[in-house]
Amino acid sequence: MPKKADNSGSAGSEETLLDAAGVKRAMDHLCREIAGALPGDCPVAIIGLRSRGDELAARLIERLAEGGRGDLLHGTLDITLYRDDVSKRMIQPQVRATVIDFDLDDACVVLVDDVLHTGRTIRAAMDALMDYGRPAAVRLAVLVDRGGREMPICPDFVGKTLKLSPSDSRRVYLDLAETDGADRVYLK
Amino acid sequence: MADKTTTTAVRRRSGRSSGFVWGRKHLLGLEDLEPAELLHVLDTAAGFKSVSTRSIKKVPALRGKVVVNLFFEDSTRTRTSFTLSAQRLSADVIDFTGKSSSVNKGETLVDTARNIEAMGVDIMVLRHAAAGAPHLLARKVGCSVVNAGDGAHEHPTQGLLDLFTIREIKKKVEGLTVAIVGDIAHSRVARSNIFALRKLGARIILVGPRTLVPDQMRQLGAEISHDLDAVLPACDVVNMLRIQFERLQSAAFPSVEEYSRLFGLHAERLRLARPDLLVLHPGPINRGLELDSAVADGPHSGILRQVTNGLAVRMAVLYLVHQAALAVNGK
Repeated sequence: MPKKADNSGSAGSEETLLDAAGVKRAMDHLCREIAGALPGDCPVAIIGLRSRGDELAARLIERLAEGGRGDLLHGTLDITLYRDDVSKRMIQPQVRATVIDFDLDDACVVLVDDVLHTGRTIRAAMDALMDYGRPAAVRLAVLVDRGGREMPICPDFVGKTLKLSPSDSRRVYLDLAETDGADRVYLK
Repeated sequence: MADKTTTTAVRRRSGRSSGFVWGRKHLLGLEDLEPAELLHVLDTAAGFKSVSTRSIKKVPALRGKVVVNLFFEDSTRTRTSFTLSAQRLSADVIDFTGKSSSVNKGETLVDTARNIEAMGVDIMVLRHAAAGAPHLLARKVGCSVVNAGDGAHEHPTQGLLDLFTIREIKKKVEGLTVAIVGDIAHSRVARSNIFALRKLGARIILVGPRTLVPDQMRQLGAEISHDLDAVLPACDVVNMLRIQFERLQSAAFPSVEEYSRLFGLHAERLRLARPDLLVLHPGPINRGLELDSAVADGPHSGILRQVTNGLAVRMAVLYLVHQAALAVNGK
């Protein structure tokens, strides 16, 4: 990992990138993009990555149902056991259940995550997904793309693309009303 | 690399963790565990349950790691459960049983373990007839040690899977009344259960003949009774222990028939119990002695659920001790 830049501030400082209205605009944009591309000839599953991605998936399903797609399957994927960075970063994420209670074979899957950065989470998510079945296609939807890919991964649907300096080693976080009180995207 | 304070902040902000960090590289018993640690294992085990129900029953969490089953006492169920758990985490598993080993040639436990460790082992799962053997081993080897039963001392993964099954079915542990029935004096299962259940706020009643339920057990925070019929109506859970004939030095009760009549759980006695009574048994069952087939295979029985949950709990334990070892060893 690159050395942390001097000007990134103290550990406590946060820089808001999207407020609640900004998150809503990004979400609206993401919904429109997905709605326009959903196939009608195969089962479609919206699968959120824990955490935050699962809440986003639930929101997307609600919105898309209002738009006439009440047939979407809903799943939640926990990728903790597939991560490549657990020992490296010495983090210890809570292992939680994956919930995919439908047949994944031949379904079209839209993976949903909050922030796309290195692409390693998505790499792990695809490994995890393949252990549950063989989907007809897998697409990637992210609320925020902050750049900085380390894997050959490209999102299909993006709510908002952020322009961050490649040397900025701060992380981008999403807060959601459901879990954190209010919608917000910020750097820290 | 991020320093420690940063990773703590990341952990909290990312919401990918309960904020609790498991720090134990060994699991030697439940007596020393904090309630938060017990709950963390149970929550982690819940996350592992779906691995056993999907079509590809394997995750890469321990890929390239080696788990050794070091069993100096007979065991089928526990060893199989540990083997399958380790395999479902993608670890390589070696079985090393006392009977076929150099132990018969006089090699000590520590020598045996060190020799095996020298082959490159990450986790040792030890079953031994001597209480404290895993504690000794943990001091002498560099890898993680998991206690799979030491004498009449502890059987922590059995205690955890009993706890997990109770919580899964009853949706809570606090406030429940749990009777543990049978040979409490010789039972490591009973001790691990008592430690864990007490920490999570259950009421425990130990039931059995005076010869097998000594008064000193009160010191563990449990009540004692010698009358199952009197206790049964108040119970949410009964954990029926196996009569371990191999551990009984002398006749602890006049006859098997009398024991069964006084302390066995059979269909007729079950009429005294609540309709939602949960019946557990660590196996293998002496059918017709401590448990009737009608009860063991009946609607109150959680026995097969225990076996299924044992996999998820052991996967969680192997995963957690290994994560802690990585952090301790700094790699």
